Amino acid sequence: MSKTLIRGAKVLGGDPQDVLIDGGTVAAVGTGLSAEGAEVVEAAGKVLLPGLVDLHTHLREPGREDSETVLTGTRAAASGGYTAVFAMANTFPVADTAGVVEQVWRLGKEHGYCDVRPVGAVTVGLEGSTLAELGAMHESAAGVTVFSDDGKCVHDAVIMRRALEYVKAFDGVVAQHAQEPRLTEGAQMNEGVVSAELGLGGWPAVAEEAIIARDVLLAEHVGSRVHICHLSTAGSVEIVRWAKARGIRVTAEVTPHHLLLTDELVRTYNPVYKVNPPLRTERDVLVLREALADGTIDIVATDHAPHPHEDKDCEWAAAAMGMVGLETALSVVQETMVDTGLLDWTGVADRMSFAPARIGRAEGHGRPVSVGEPANLTLVDTAYRGSVDPAGFASRSRNTPYEGRELPGRVTHTWLRGTATLVDGKLT
Amino acid sequence: MHRHLISAADLTRDDAVLILDTAEEMARVADRPIKKLPTLRGRTVVNLFFEDSTRTRISFEAAEKRLSADVINFTAKGSSVSKGESLKDTAQTLEAMGVDAVVIRHGASGAPYRLATSGWIDAHVINAGDGTHQHPTQALLDAFTMRRRLVGPDAGIGHDLAGRRITIVGDVLHSRVARSNVDLLHTLGAEVTLVAPPTLLPVGIESWPCEVSYDLDRTLPKSDAVMMLRVQRERMKAAFFPTEREYSRRYGLDGERMRRMPEHAIVMHPGPMVRGMEITAEVADSDRCTVVEQVTNGVSIRMAVLYLLLGGNETALTRTTEEK
Ligand SMILES: [Zn+2]
Repeated sequence: MSKTLIRGAKVLGGDPQDVLIDGGTVAAVGTGLSAEGAEVVEAAGKVLLPGLVDLHTHLREPGREDSETVLTGTRAAASGGYTAVFAMANTFPVADTAGVVEQVWRLGKEHGYCDVRPVGAVTVGLEGSTLAELGAMHESAAGVTVFSDDGKCVHDAVIMRRALEYVKAFDGVVAQHAQEPRLTEGAQMNEGVVSAELGLGGWPAVAEEAIIARDVLLAEHVGSRVHICHLSTAGSVEIVRWAKARGIRVTAEVTPHHLLLTDELVRTYNPVYKVNPPLRTERDVLVLREALADGTIDIVATDHAPHPHEDKDCEWAAAAMGMVGLETALSVVQETMVDTGLLDWTGVADRMSFAPARIGRAEGHGRPVSVGEPANLTLVDTAYRGSVDPAGFASRSRNTPYEGRELPGRVTHTWLRGTATLVDGKLT
Repeated sequence: MHRHLISAADLTRDDAVLILDTAEEMARVADRPIKKLPTLRGRTVVNLFFEDSTRTRISFEAAEKRLSADVINFTAKGSSVSKGESLKDTAQTLEAMGVDAVVIRHGASGAPYRLATSGWIDAHVINAGDGTHQHPTQALLDAFTMRRRLVGPDAGIGHDLAGRRITIVGDVLHSRVARSNVDLLHTLGAEVTLVAPPTLLPVGIESWPCEVSYDLDRTLPKSDAVMMLRVQRERMKAAFFPTEREYSRRYGLDGERMRRMPEHAIVMHPGPMVRGMEITAEVADSDRCTVVEQVTNGVSIRMAVLYLLLGGNETALTRTTEEK
């Protein structure tokens, strides 16, 4: 098996060290390691992280291959430094049976730019009324551990309770897209000063917060784990903080875009900013950053939501909701969390690798960079600054809100079990 | 003036007064035996209506024809809009045809803004109402009507509405007319009060340059103009208020309430009026009610806007005098 010596990298932002990869594992970590027989990657000044893990990706296959496929999506993931992604269930057909999750899992195995862990739907067809085959999906080759109707909220309290209870049998977790449907009928953007002015249907913060409050209480009542997708409001943070203090087993994620962008951008009526949950206010953004720093929010998840050009090149109301995020996530986190002094690189490794792997039980991922561990690694040039050019994206879709925006940091190398998937910023 | 007219908020005080003054000149054209100016001869204006509104379309069409523009009416049915492609596709078709201006009415807030800024089309864009966002020419014709009634047609030239107290009543939440009027009337120096049940006021309204009240009776005696908004019956099913009767009792304008307004105060309505719930026949038929004038003034305002966007920088008067 081939050897690679990563020379002089700041492992998790610490002092420069050499890391030797032999075969699929980390063979040595230290200073002045011998380069004999190894391909050398000069990494002076760069930061080496465990391969990133995304608990919330939309790969669109099967059904919307015009937006993304398992192949293009995992290539985008590798470009962004990810070695594992959890693929959401809102495909066509919906990933609500062992057959569909195995299909996605198998496509991931074959394409191999990163590991693909399918998420199973909570309810049949994401319709919110009948539990999907949760056990069969778990027992399938895909070994599903995370269940979510993401894109839709499991809004029936009884169904949510049953799902939380049922997955206890195999230590699964239900990831909730918290959106009270009646309070968000016709909603187009965050409800507040800007929506009032623009005349766009308002999406109140309370529609998210009410569901989170209900679900943490349900999780407490039945003694289950619940994961809250893409928190977007200051109130949601308060509820999660309260629940954690009370000992409830809740984890939560925030997207990079909710750490950076606000609803002021909607004044452009540019659908590139249309996303679910919507962009909120400056205050929400600042509270989300602090909550990610203090651990109230456990992880960053991209909610990578690719859409073809024509689904965004139209008027706001007609446009699809969502943004691509895999290839810019680390840069946005550097800008909002590291460069602001809120989080160091060890913290980033925790929020983007260790913790998501733990929540999703992604074996072999989110492991320390130490001898004997799988060589899932990401090398970041943190000194880089450049403007985002979607033309260079590996994703099949280009719906990024950052086009032309300068962001810091660039992933130069990604290794999946010792094999480079990204070298000098180019996919292998 | 900007290249486009998308929002009343985009107009400066001087822009707005210039439009009102120009509209006065345009109104005089209506008194002539031949109600036509050659100003936009050879120019093509498209009325692009994705949402039915015969009144607004006819008003624009009359304005365009009085300015001798070539007029194309394009009505697109709402169903294709959900596909998302139709606005862009239509825009590009119009661009290929070399149209000079597009008057657009659309059910989606922001569609005219998107049309003007997306690069799909080069023409001037005039917003004829978008979703619950803006309807700037409606606000202008309302302001024009107020200036004529409260200041006087000729005495009004060059004047704004400084110090006038305007009350807007009803479904503010879903009303592009309310949004546009608050912006424009504030720019023109008026003091605006919105009166509605709290369910029909948007969250975030506290940032608007106006007062908000839930009590019509307290507001009426200090109003120079009272503008009633239309309330759609389907709002009741959505539980914005308990019953039609209760709404009418608290926020409807009847003769008794009208008599509590100052002597000179006028009653306005963007039309079409639903007599009964929001306004009684007695009020609608009184000579304080300006609904018919608003329709007439709409044509003058739209002529002024088209003229200023497409015609030239000077006031219309010099041009019309020459043409005599
Ligand atoms: Zn979601």
